[in-house]
Amino acid sequence: MRAAVVTFPGSNCDRDMAVAIEQVTGTPPHRIWHGDSELPDVDLIALPGGFSYGDYLRCGAMAARSAIIPAVIKAAERGVRVLGVCNGFQLLTEIGLLPGALMRNIDLNFICRNVALTVDNPDTAFTRKFATRTTWLPVAHHDGNYYADDATLDRLEDGGCVAFRYGEPVNGSARNIAGITNAAGTVLGMMPHPERVVDPALGPNPGRPLFESLLESIG
Amino acid sequence: MRVNVTVSLKAGVLDPQGQAIENALGSLGFKGVSHVTQSKLISFDLDSTDADAARTQVTDMCEKLLANTVIERYDIALEQD
Repeated sequence: MRAAVVTFPGSNCDRDMAVAIEQVTGTPPHRIWHGDSELPDVDLIALPGGFSYGDYLRCGAMAARSAIIPAVIKAAERGVRVLGVCNGFQLLTEIGLLPGALMRNIDLNFICRNVALTVDNPDTAFTRKFATRTTWLPVAHHDGNYYADDATLDRLEDGGCVAFRYGEPVNGSARNIAGITNAAGTVLGMMPHPERVVDPALGPNPGRPLFESLLESIG
Repeated sequence: MRVNVTVSLKAGVLDPQGQAIENALGSLGFKGVSHVTQSKLISFDLDSTDADAARTQVTDMCEKLLANTVIERYDIALEQD
């Protein structure tokens, strides 16, 4: 599996993402700068967490207009897998690869803790290797309150596009949505951070199955 | 001309910041306050004297960057020099 991790000014989970991908796949990903306009030939593009451009205007709004984004969209349209975590999820909604938007957490707090999750669709390229339907992952965000209109939410649920839900209300997200895929199941955006819990040195590794799923699906 | 773009959450989209402000005003004893919303004001000079052309251009700016039309609406006000 060949992967690329895109770094924006203010990304802060890009190294964790690169380490997680390398630990699971055995191959270090390409590190791509936001100002580049071309991507190498890859099977997976990872958009990491952080605070790109200081979250100015809206989370992900500035990064969405970066030079690299047209290449990301073009690759996604070809079916290249795209994983957006936290700020990467916000970015995916800003560039229109995923529907809806991430708003300020309902209680206005920055939430930084481990949260219970359910794997709502265990049959995606990102979720097949989860051994159980319930798991947990860390979240660390101020703007993770997923919003979409009811018709869009119905379409996501009916189409199996809800990959992860919070096990309990966390941030005000509509229908407790924590992560969604596009209709084709090739693009995943999620607020929880699987890349932070992959290294065995840090204890349990509930983030690992996500990367193992990608490895199995892509080869 | 001076351009003032007000970006607000669409009606029906929950505004937790507006609600927090409303609660705080109530706890300070201000009576009769309801439906508080918080908006952003983006202002800039635009080198143009044609209001129609300016409005078209600023609308394009709103659609492409200044507002996320999934959750936000925008109002454009132009002040001629």
